[in-house]
Amino acid sequence: MIDVLYFAWVRERIGVPKEKLETSAETVAQLVDELRGREDRYAAAFEDLSALRVALDQELSEFDAPLTGVREVAFFPPMTGG
Amino acid sequence: MAVRVQQAPFDLGAEASAFAEGRTDAGAVVTFTGIVRDIAENPLHEMMIEHYPGMTEKALEAIEHDARTRWDLRDVLIIHRHGLMRPGDMIMMVATASPHRADAFEAAEFLMDFLKSRAPFWKKERTQAGAEWVASKSEDEDALSRWQG
Repeated sequence: MIDVLYFAWVRERIGVPKEKLETSAETVAQLVDELRGREDRYAAAFEDLSALRVALDQELSEFDAPLTGVREVAFFPPMTGG
Repeated sequence: MAVRVQQAPFDLGAEASAFAEGRTDAGAVVTFTGIVRDIAENPLHEMMIEHYPGMTEKALEAIEHDARTRWDLRDVLIIHRHGLMRPGDMIMMVATASPHRADAFEAAEFLMDFLKSRAPFWKKERTQAGAEWVASKSEDEDALSRWQG
């Protein structure tokens, strides 16, 4: 089981802030493909990966990164702090 | 050394005084404060700031650590708010203390540049036209490149 978190408009499009998923995905990209195939709301949220960022266990990462040992994946748009 | 992520407002004067007070190790203290800005053509009703609890604190601490390795800093303070804000409200502040003025100024700029696009905060603005997520600016990303290398 892996915790998947969504923030900002990604959260709004998917409709939940967090969910637990059973996945066999080996990379972030594979997880995204799995999610896209589930329902339209995921397909809509993950339509353009260049508009998204991903964090693995609360560290900014890349879409081709492996999910081995990862407990928490978060998807969100580019950050706008400050 | 402190990183604070909070919903509550902060008192800029009190924070800056407490940060600078009694300091004999640093001759220079720089503070920067970010304020919710209104725009005349499309008045802002309110701004909602969302963040990623856990990652936010880690990211701010990492940014602070980077600043300390680059400049001679005796102390750093970062306060960043989340939740509902209105025009004129203070969103965040950074303070740096150094024996040297240039270090204090540069480190404060560095902290701001990294906070903009590396700290997991997202702003949603509500105006008469509706609610909209604030898009990141390419200038903000460009601003980081000057600190590389």
